[in-house]
Amino acid sequence: METINILFCGTGGQGILTASEIVGRAAMFDGYHAKKSEVHGMAQRGGSVESHLRLGKEVFSPIIEKAQADFLVSFHKGEHDRMADMLKKDGVDLLNEFLQADKDISDKKYINTYMLGVLSRYLDLTEESWLKAMTEVFKGKNTEKNFEIFRAARANKH
Amino acid sequence: MNTKNIKFLSGNEALAQGAWEAGVKFAASYPGTPATEILESFTQYKEIDAQWSVNEKVAFEVALGASFAGVRSIYSSKHVGLNVAMDPLMTSMYSGINAGFVVVTADEPGMHSSQNEQDSRLIAKFAKAPLLEPCSPSETKKFIKTAFEISEQFDTPVIFRMTTRVSHTKENVELEERTEKEQKKFEINPPKYVMVPANAYKKHIALEEKLIKLQEYSENSALNVAELKDNELGIVCDGVTYLYVKEKYPNASVLKLGMVYPFPDKKIKEFASKVKKVAVVEESEPFIEEHLLQMGIKCFGKHYTYRVGELKPENIKDVIEGNPKTDYPGPSRKPVLCPGCPHRAVFVALRKSKVTVSGDIGCYTLGSLPPLAALHSTICMGASVTIFESFSRYIGHEKTVGVLGDSTFVHSGITGLINAAYNKGKGVLLILDNGTTGMTGAQPNPATGVTAKGEKTKKLDLAAICKVCGADHVEVVDLSSESIDIKLKELLPKDQLSVLIVRYSLCKLIDRTKLPAPKFDAGKCKKCYMCVSVDCPAIFKNESGDIQLNMELCAGCDVCVAMCKFGALTSAKKDTNRL
Repeated sequence: METINILFCGTGGQGILTASEIVGRAAMFDGYHAKKSEVHGMAQRGGSVESHLRLGKEVFSPIIEKAQADFLVSFHKGEHDRMADMLKKDGVDLLNEFLQADKDISDKKYINTYMLGVLSRYLDLTEESWLKAMTEVFKGKNTEKNFEIFRAARANKH
Repeated sequence: MNTKNIKFLSGNEALAQGAWEAGVKFAASYPGTPATEILESFTQYKEIDAQWSVNEKVAFEVALGASFAGVRSIYSSKHVGLNVAMDPLMTSMYSGINAGFVVVTADEPGMHSSQNEQDSRLIAKFAKAPLLEPCSPSETKKFIKTAFEISEQFDTPVIFRMTTRVSHTKENVELEERTEKEQKKFEINPPKYVMVPANAYKKHIALEEKLIKLQEYSENSALNVAELKDNELGIVCDGVTYLYVKEKYPNASVLKLGMVYPFPDKKIKEFASKVKKVAVVEESEPFIEEHLLQMGIKCFGKHYTYRVGELKPENIKDVIEGNPKTDYPGPSRKPVLCPGCPHRAVFVALRKSKVTVSGDIGCYTLGSLPPLAALHSTICMGASVTIFESFSRYIGHEKTVGVLGDSTFVHSGITGLINAAYNKGKGVLLILDNGTTGMTGAQPNPATGVTAKGEKTKKLDLAAICKVCGADHVEVVDLSSESIDIKLKELLPKDQLSVLIVRYSLCKLIDRTKLPAPKFDAGKCKKCYMCVSVDCPAIFKNESGDIQLNMELCAGCDVCVAMCKFGALTSAKKDTNRL
């Protein structure tokens, strides 16, 4: 696979780093090299959060170059607009999917799982690895509910 | 899937894993971004005695002591933490070590969560210490093992430089087995371990000779690798910048310095002779560039504006061409105190009191941002107390207070308090005691009474220590913004040194329990926006100018309720004891 660049963004407490972690591990389980980079500390006190994830055969830079993200997975309209110039010209912007999910899903803690399901439609990763990564990262918390939401979002062809 | 044991690890986790594999038995640190997770990872290994020390100087000395006593030992901190440990660092370079000893510093180009962006490579040169610098988590694991070998082979502490993009990057890392190391005997040897002038003079001579031997090692070490490709351009780089170079200049020849100090001069010269143009790509200071220029190698380095901030892949072309930096960070969402954070009520009270506030390093630094804007200086750990002493002397003790947290007070506030008492300082010092080290993610400290490994231990009595330091008046109060208001009014005019310990229920990072959110009656709201001035993410002015509450975020602290004069916000709790 060509190196795929996924940029996650939003604000502290939305489960952005968790979502990015799950994709990274799923890719690793499928034999890819994954690199994920983010900043901790002050940035997480309700401030901006961004996580750079790069997947491929051999990945060098841990951060995505400007205008080179294949996917922009935003959890916040304002943050989306701030990061929009990171997206490639023909990159996939999942903002509408997030806005829809924000309306449809009452328990906000499942939005990141839903967005993973949406993202999984575009990535050539096995369902087995996705589920294994989720089980590890969520540490068995609400596993069935997460699987259910993930599968529903994954199956929903546009 | 293969049978290798591969895990998705951060640079910090990989460092701890590598040190564990190298047989490390002791680790000491003080929390600080981006280094915190190194010690947190060490606590997960049963073979390693890992401790949060009181401060970095203490951590360094305890770790050095473990090396003297004969076990492989490691110190870690953020870059500014190493400043606190400079004293033992400088002289331990003379004494050398017994069992392997590595000094990890995590630098933060871009200062995502720091007060400066100093470059620790300069410290290696200053201290005359070998310095290793990995580019990725998997390389971190490999290099840290080599660092222990160098330490023992050359009888020296080894500085190991991480940066945010190595510490906080995760990637596939292969785990290996641990090699146990026998404890070495501590031989009584004053010329080595007693650094009095006569001994130290000889040790300085030996250190200079050691550096020459280390340079020979550096010349032949696989840590420094020349990749010869296109001879038009040769790039010298270190750390994470190597990965950006590989990304942007895949055909260029590259000299990657994994052992940055002492420099492998012959290797550098040879590399430079094989390419038509030499460029240096490095973050922060022009450390490598200046050395190449000093060697008489014509090279292209970055414009001085690129000494600020971290490099990104898209900057590499500019760096090589010497163009000035143009991509300064744009406005991002400002960080705020967590919903329900007890610090909020204190800063609302301080704002109301209109006092000048000397602050410190911790979550409460966020109290400096508007609309709270009730913290007026932050320099380094503990400086709230010492700057407060001078503020109270020259601005007036009835108009100034010092503010710091429990962990920072124990780190380096105690000495300042003794100094203030000894030198007849007056005024009110506030210790915000939330029983943890909040900013870095809630690590325990001596005032918590729990060790890094989560075991119960002796608990430092903050009130008692303030008393014996010489404070005239020490009082512990619980929290509500009015009571702090009243206390400040009472204590500020007094001709004495007072310490007000504001004891909280736990930091919200630990205590996630929520009380009922206040009730909001839009009909009574006069839109004075005083409630919003407490700067809580759970209450805000929406696009149409109306007050809105975010019930999911609200922790029910009622600090906003106290601000409402019109009864639009009312507490949902029957009991008036908040928090």
